[in-house]
Amino acid sequence: MIRLEGLSKIYPTASGGMTSVDNVSFEVGAGETCVLLGPSGCGKTTTLRMINRLVTPTRGKIFIDGRDTDASDPVELRRTIGYVIQQIGLFPNMTVAENIAVVPRLLKWDARRMRKRAEELLAMLALDPKTFADRYPNELSGGQAQRVGVARALAADPPVLLMDEPFGAVDPVNREVIQDEFLRMQKSLRKTVLFVSHDIDEAVKMADRIAIFRAGKLEQYAAPDELLGRPANDFVAGFVGSDRTLKRLRRIHVSDVMSDDRAAKHMDGTPTVQPHDDLRRVATLFLEYGVDALACVDADGRVVGSVSRAAVASRLGTAGGGETAA
Amino acid sequence: METLTFILNNLGAIGERTVEHVSIVSVAVGIAILTGVPLGIAITQSQRGADTVLYLGSIVMTIPSVALFGLLIPVLSKIGQGIGYLPAVIAATLYAQLPIVRNTYTAIRNVDPALRSAAIGMGMSVPQRLWRVEIPIALPVIIAGVRVSVVINIGVTAIAAYIGAGGLGTFISRGISQTDIRQLLTGALALAILAITADFSLLWLQRRLTPKGMGPRSS
Repeated sequence: MIRLEGLSKIYPTASGGMTSVDNVSFEVGAGETCVLLGPSGCGKTTTLRMINRLVTPTRGKIFIDGRDTDASDPVELRRTIGYVIQQIGLFPNMTVAENIAVVPRLLKWDARRMRKRAEELLAMLALDPKTFADRYPNELSGGQAQRVGVARALAADPPVLLMDEPFGAVDPVNREVIQDEFLRMQKSLRKTVLFVSHDIDEAVKMADRIAIFRAGKLEQYAAPDELLGRPANDFVAGFVGSDRTLKRLRRIHVSDVMSDDRAAKHMDGTPTVQPHDDLRRVATLFLEYGVDALACVDADGRVVGSVSRAAVASRLGTAGGGETAA
Repeated sequence: METLTFILNNLGAIGERTVEHVSIVSVAVGIAILTGVPLGIAITQSQRGADTVLYLGSIVMTIPSVALFGLLIPVLSKIGQGIGYLPAVIAATLYAQLPIVRNTYTAIRNVDPALRSAAIGMGMSVPQRLWRVEIPIALPVIIAGVRVSVVINIGVTAIAAYIGAGGLGTFISRGISQTDIRQLLTGALALAILAITADFSLLWLQRRLTPKGMGPRSS
């Protein structure tokens, strides 16, 4: 869907040039969320801004759906790419509904269609259209404003979404909530998302793939489970942290490691898990109850299998061997 | 008392002088808006341009208006317009320029860079960005500049009476030459009322044109 080929950005300086992005190539599949991760100044934001031509690449090519973006007019191109920034950037002179309808208006939709779309998006982002559509941005909380920012990016239903630390300015509690909402929404929308973050936890939570940058170079491009399980080098290992195994548990689900041993006994007094639970819960229960195995039940409480310490350990040991659970 | 009688006996003349005065000020400010706002926006693109324009504008402001009228006489005499309406309008336009250019420049420059970045990133062309985002946000500050220009111009135009441009300054100049306190007071009073009225009307306009979501919340 989006392919970067040998992308470089060199800013001219007195001493010859400062390389901000250095020969970066990777590909993000349609409907995937790719998180660009790294410390500040690593080139992740510059890479993102080259995709919608806010920054002109020095070298290299970007293809969206196989089309070279050099061939399109930057203004037209940007209208087909949703863009969310950390500072949100809602226009203070426009109501929430008008802010959401910015790109539809550029595309000359009629007024009723724009209004309908704005209300639909507000509802999707858990904001009551009646209450919020006609408010101004200065009447919104940070979390509400950020939701409107996301709604605005989605307004014209662009296939691609670029998000530059979109939830960075939201407090930690609300950030979790918005992340969860976004994941739920993304499940049905299946946009191709490029998401800049400096937060490894956020990256592990949101990403299908993580591109980790250092000093303009792409250090590793992998699914979160593989990145955590088999960091390509010391920098990546250091960046993801010494608790990377714990972080991996979030992205592995009971269904990935469950034996379909339907006869598994459910010992009285120990809790059960469900196939969609992640392994953080399983590990917590192992430690809390001192058990080596837990029964796994379906929504109706029928035992459908069991999950054992050995199975979890073996899953963690063979990291990157297969596809991750998404 | 004498002054009051004078005013009541000369309401017609005062009205005429006021119309002359307002006409010079509004033509000058109108020209200054049409030239100053685009100029103020244009110089946001170049720091050097901005420095030059604002510096020149400040120099013009330091020239006393009487001197400026004097300077215009030989120049405009060449087309037979050395005194009267034209030099008054030209001088007033020059004085009106700086507050408008400077406020426009400052207001556009102070638009949050995140808004500019969002506007460009969503695919607005330069004119769309100016008309839909930057000018509406800058408008209250631009109008504040217009207010300053109008008040300055009401004063400058009063002095233009000395070059035969008419206006309310006529009462003052005659009052001085004829040592007639009634005319002097009439002119001063009328000018003060005109300046205050203009300032308040423009303040009202400024509030009306402030985008609803900005400034003090109103509901």
